[in-house]
This record gives sequence, C-alpha cells and structure tokens, in this order.
Amino acid sequence: MADLAVHKEADHNAHASSSGISNVKLGMWLFLGSECLLFGGLISTYMLYRGRVGQGPTPAQVFDIPFTSVSSFVLLMSSLTMVLAVSSATKKDDRGTTLWLTVTALLGATFVGGQVYEFTAFKSEGLGFGTSLFSSSFYTLTGFHGVHVTVGIIMLMAMVGIIQRSEFPGSKAETIEMIGLYWHFVDIVWIVIFTLIYLIPV
Amino acid sequence: MAITERPSSNVALPFVDAPVTASSTFGVLKRPVATTGWKSWVFTVDHKKIGIMYGATAMFFFVIGGIEALLIRLQLAAPNGKVLNADVYNQMFTMHATTMVFLFVMPMAAAFANYFIPLQIGARDVAFPRLNAFGLWALISGGIFLNLAWFLGGAADGGWFMYAPNSGPVFSPTHGIDFWALGLQITGIASLVGAINLIVTLLNMRAPGMSLMRLPIFSWMALVVQFLLLFAVPVITVALFLLMFQRNFGATFFDVSAGADPLLWQHLFWIFGHPEVYILVLPSFGIVSEVLPVFSRKPLFGYPFVVFSGAAIGFIGWGVWAHHMFSSGLGPVSVAVFSMTTMLIAVPTGVKIVNWTLTLWGGKLWFTTAMKFSIALIVQFTIGGLSGVTHAVAPSDTQQTDTYYIVAHLHYVLFGGAVLGLFSGFYYWWPKVFGKMLSERLGTWNFWLMIIGMNLTFGPMHILGLQGQPRRMYIWTKARSGEGFFNLGFWNLVSSIGSLVIAIGVLLFLINVVRTARAKTPAPLDPWDARSLEWMTTNPPKEHNFDVIPTVHHLDEFFHRKYEEDENGAMVKVKSAEQIMSEQEQAADKHIHMPSPSYWPLVLALGLPITAFGVIYSIPIAVFGGVVILFAAFGLALEPATAKPTDYDPPSNTGDHSGEAVAVG
Repeated sequence: MADLAVHKEADHNAHASSSGISNVKLGMWLFLGSECLLFGGLISTYMLYRGRVGQGPTPAQVFDIPFTSVSSFVLLMSSLTMVLAVSSATKKDDRGTTLWLTVTALLGATFVGGQVYEFTAFKSEGLGFGTSLFSSSFYTLTGFHGVHVTVGIIMLMAMVGIIQRSEFPGSKAETIEMIGLYWHFVDIVWIVIFTLIYLIPV
Repeated sequence: MAITERPSSNVALPFVDAPVTASSTFGVLKRPVATTGWKSWVFTVDHKKIGIMYGATAMFFFVIGGIEALLIRLQLAAPNGKVLNADVYNQMFTMHATTMVFLFVMPMAAAFANYFIPLQIGARDVAFPRLNAFGLWALISGGIFLNLAWFLGGAADGGWFMYAPNSGPVFSPTHGIDFWALGLQITGIASLVGAINLIVTLLNMRAPGMSLMRLPIFSWMALVVQFLLLFAVPVITVALFLLMFQRNFGATFFDVSAGADPLLWQHLFWIFGHPEVYILVLPSFGIVSEVLPVFSRKPLFGYPFVVFSGAAIGFIGWGVWAHHMFSSGLGPVSVAVFSMTTMLIAVPTGVKIVNWTLTLWGGKLWFTTAMKFSIALIVQFTIGGLSGVTHAVAPSDTQQTDTYYIVAHLHYVLFGGAVLGLFSGFYYWWPKVFGKMLSERLGTWNFWLMIIGMNLTFGPMHILGLQGQPRRMYIWTKARSGEGFFNLGFWNLVSSIGSLVIAIGVLLFLINVVRTARAKTPAPLDPWDARSLEWMTTNPPKEHNFDVIPTVHHLDEFFHRKYEEDENGAMVKVKSAEQIMSEQEQAADKHIHMPSPSYWPLVLALGLPITAFGVIYSIPIAVFGGVVILFAAFGLALEPATAKPTDYDPPSNTGDHSGEAVAVG
C-alpha cells in the first residue's frame, strides 16, 4: 500500500509538469520561438528591399537617427523596469509591482508614441506606405514591431488592474513573469531591427 | 488504504456529483456547464469532443474538396469540356488544393492528435483546454471564411501556391485571393495555437514513467509535426500579410513593374510549403507505425530508428524548399545544393519504409481494413517517393515542372501517404472513439475501390505529364491529343473514371459510418489486442480518460500489462483487457477535477473572421472585430478553470468550488 501511495504522489507531480518547466512558461517559450520566424521573414523582406527606393526618398533622407536612438534607449530601459516588476511580484509586493508595471507601460507607450511621430514625419516627407519597396517593407517591419509593443502595453495595463483583484486563475507572479518574457523578446527584436535598419548604411 | 486517501475537504466533481441542471441563462455572468445537448459540444473544452469536432469538420471539407476534384476531372474527361469555364476552373483547382491541404488533411491530423495524444501519454486533457477549443473554432471560422468567397464574387484563382503575378490585382481582380490570404491566416492561428498546446502537452503532461523513448510512435510523429507547424506557420503568415498589404493597402511587394522580386513570394511560400508536406504526411506515418505492429502481432521494428528518422525528416525538411523552384533561375549552385538535400531526405523516409516492412516480416499478419490501408500506404507512398526522387534531379525536374507528372507525384504522396494513413486510423480507432466497430465487409469494399480508384486516377497522370500535358490546363482538344497508346484523350478519360471510383469508395466509407452509428452492438474493450495506453480505458473513454493515471514501465505499456514472458521467452497472455480495466475501476481516483466548459474560445474565434471581413470591406468592421477579440481574450484570461457554484441552476450546494487544485488547467 505504501508503494501505491508513492505512485499517487508521483501522479500528482506529473500533472505539475514532466519537464520541470510550467505549462505556461513552456508555452510562452514556444510562442517566442515561433515569433522569431515571423520577424525573420519580415527582416528578410526588408533586407531584400531596403535599397529599392524607386522615385521616393532614400533612408538617409528621412531617418532621424538621434531621435530613434533616444526612443530605442527608452524601450531598452523598459526592460530594466520590467525586471523590477517581476522581482516585486515574486516578493508579493503589490505596490512595487503596480509601480514598475506602470512605468514599463509608460516607457513602452513613449516608444510607440515616438514611432507614431516618426511615421507621421516620414509621411510628410513623401514616404508613404506604397511609395517604394523600401517604404512598404520598412513600415511593415517596424509596424509589426510596434503592434507587438502595443499588445505588451495592453497586457501590462491589464495586469495593473488585475493586481488589485482577489480572484485570479493561476499565479499572478508567474503571469507577470510571462509578460516579462514577451516584453524582453520584443525589446531584443528591436535591437536587431534598429541595427539593421538605422545603423547599417545602404 | 492509502489509495483512497486524498485530501478531500472541499470536493466537487463536475461530472459526478455536480448538479445536472445547467444554467439556462446565456450570458457573460454564468458560464456554460451543460453535460448534454448541443451546448455541451459547442462550449466544450474536452480534448475528445474537440477531436471529434475537428474530425467532422475535416470530413465535411473532404467531401467539398472531393466534389471540386470531381468537377475538375469531369471537365477534362472529354475534349472541349463544357462543365466549367476557364475562370471557374481556375477557382476550382485552387480551392480543391487549398481545401484538401488546409481544411482536410491538417484538421484531420489535428483530430487524431487532439483525441489520442492525451490518451497515449496517460493524461486527462491537454495542457490548455480552452485554447484547444479556440483552435477548433478558429479553424472552422477560417474554413467557412475561405469558402464564402465562392458567393461573394468568386473564389481564389491563383493556384494553391499563389505565385505572383497571378496573385496581383491585375490578374485576379475579385476578392477571392483576399479571402484566401485572410482565411489562411485564421487557420494559421488555429495551427499555431494547436502546436503550442500539443507540444506542451507532450513534453509536460506525460504519465509517470512515460519517458520520451516510451512515447507511442503516433505521439512522437505528432510532436515532430507540431514543431514543424510552430516554425512554418509564421513564415506563411509573413507571406500572406505581404500579399494582403499589396492587394488591399497599395504596397508593391511582388509587383515586378515596381522593381519587386517575385521570387520573394516563392521563397517564403516554399519555406513554409515544404515543411508543410511533412506536416501532412508525418501524422499518417505515425498512424501506420501504430497499426502495423498491432496487426503483425510484433513490436515495431527498430522503434528508435522510426523515431529518429521522423525527427530527421523534420530537420532536413527545412533545407529542401527550393526544389520547388528549379525552373525559376536560381543559379547552378543553389540548384546543386537543393538537389543534394532532396536526395538526402529520401534516406530517413526510406528508413521508415524498411522498418515497416521488417515489422511485417515474420509477423502473424491479420488483414483487417486498417491493416490493408497501412500496407497500401507503404506501397503507394513508395511510388510517390520514387517519382519524388526524380524531381531531385534538376534537369529532369525542369522537364517535368508544371506538368501532370507533378500532379501525379503529389497525389501519390498525399493521397497514397496522408489519406490512406488517415483511413487506416479511422478503421483502427473507430471502436475506441465511438464504442462501435466499423463494418469490415464494407471496409474491404471501401479499401479496394479507393486503391483501384487512386491508381486509375493518378497513375495515368505520369503518362500525361511526360507527354507534356501542362498542369492547370482547363481544356484540351482532339486535334492536339496525339495518337496511339499514349494519346492524351484516352488517359484523361481513364483518370476521370478513376476519380469516380475513389468517390464511390469514399461514399461507402460514409455509408459505413452511418450504419455503424445506427448499429447496437458495442465494440469489444480491446478489439485488436492493441499495445498502447489509449486502449487501457473504456470505449469511448470517460471524460477524465483514466480512472487511475497509469505508471509506465515499458514501451507498449498496455501490451506488457497483458502479456508476460513464459520460461521459453515466448509472450503469453496473462491478463485480459477487462481484468485490467476492472482493477483500474476499483483503484479509481476519487476526486478528479476537469476544467469546465467556456464561451470565450468561441467568442474569440468569431472575432477573427469579423476582423478579416473588415480588412476587405471596411476598416470600422475590422476595429469592431478587434474589440471582440480583445474582450474575449480578457474573458478567457480572467476565467477560472472550473465553474463556480453560482453558475448552476439552481446554485450548487456541494461546497466551495474555487481554489481547488485542478487536474489540468
């Protein structure tokens, strides 16, 4: 009977996870793996078309590298505040978590705001979405990234609301950690995109 | 008795002692708890019900795709065909392929994977049951969305790989391709969610002792397929987005006159498209690898080789895509490299064929319908594999490109590979899923008609292709059909007759299904003397799958519980399936918590086609769809795994349902 009891115990742990990584975390890592291919496709498209400006403005004519560098720096700093949010959440410090989640969301919103400004400025300089292959692939790639950041902001703000709720299925700290994984991924992708688009001359 | 002593302070079993009256209120406040009626299907999160619905959906689209195929063959049966005009013909072959690939084979493989993976690994559900339901509804809404184009100005007509410039607005001014691009994005979301869910299930939810090298082979092949989906789907998503931006928002990604490179589409499509071939065929390989040992009364020959050759196909499958593009002017280096990788991928496939053959070798063969379909797969797929190797030889491929030879090849691998394997699975697992046996007599007719039919249909296409009949030609004339034995007219007619024979075979299968549904005789518990864990439960399985989560000690665990070695080393049966089952029932876990049904997966999935409609017709509708998606995503995230007492009518009084550990969540 004792033997059977041991098996029972094993059953229970098996449901926790056979690999030792929780279901949601493994799921998130797999999703991010898939996202790599998504951005891989978009980046490849941009690299193929970045020199094809047609009659439209060239990258050098429209890019404002100091401006984008600052907004990139803001986005990278949001990774730091995200880490602080995760760390507060693990300590069950609700006030700290709320604070750092909000700061992260604000930094992300600043970045997206910068992107909106940048797009508007480019448009007024004659770089529409369909102007040239360069413009289409530039807007598609950075637009996709911007949408990812926006989705992240929505998740962060939702979490700020949820933190106050007593009822929440699953662990809040782990959910925040998952949002963190996503957030860091989106930041890392931006480092690649920023380097390829803005720093490498055509 | 340690066995019944689990902490049981606040217990509720939705399927045992929960109130049976479900809430009659539709609304966001009360969640669905029905265990009978249509609501128990539409809002279910049970992987078995979801699997059955995947299967029914796929079967529906199989019939649609089959009718499309028959119309194509009817048009080509005689010279100057009058059945379809050129425009409709283009739509017909495009939608035939799209339907069969994305709406039949993939969902049918998903049906098997959903139903059997948890059972084969000894789990009570998948890792994310509600996402599973979302995947199903996303597939269904995507499939309907794709086909709606027929009624809204014409379906997609650029061929299933939708090359530029045919996919551009100039050559395809209707909304057909818009519906195609958006519909495939929706089914892509379904595939991606399903892939993540099933990989997590396979890696995280295995029963104790179920190491990866004890995993039943179907689950192994499904695992490889889910990884292929995980990485292939985003690539086609990019391609479809670019196409959508070109057609709807003024971009010029594939417009040569604007300086674009149409090869970009071809690369993106085939980087997805070639792994896709293995996504279609590997589940069937898995099924066959389950069926052959059972009906040969032998273990699978070289299990590790079958596993690793499957994984090798998964890896090498990423390095062969450009063999679809040999005639596009890639240059000699690329052509040479992709020729060699293509020949290389024949090796692991050959390993599988050898293993299957050696599984049969010396076995006590039992020729059931399932076994016949599996053996036929080995033969027919090998023919398709061999014509595939002729495509690896670039000069020969250049000659064959866009001829019926390609059509012959792809049907031998997809019909002879994927479809025959799925039919083998139907006959093998029908008693498990529905508790009744399909008729073997009708099954034999079904089998022979499909095999004769497929060889009559696709065999002559080799000749047609080598004689130069181009693919996608909508009409042929007597004057140009040639003379003698190899004249095109005769072989086109044979091919068309063959397609009718296949149709009759499939019809017999459907008749068989209906008759079985009406039959009263229940299937035996273990009709095939099977080997893997999914047979160690009732037919059909209970909602919670296993009364006791099994502890696994062997590959082919169920077989080893029934059979033991005698003193001569021969395997003798020591226990019947019934004995094992009654032992399990006595030791049953008393408190099993299954997740409750939910509205949100359906609502979330309905947001997708609304958004897609908006992209084509009017942006405000898309915004509305986006709001629906966001709303449903919040609902899904904030919903607890099990229903609360107040969700029942009258409210449950069996205690506090919240805050319990659930079996799966």
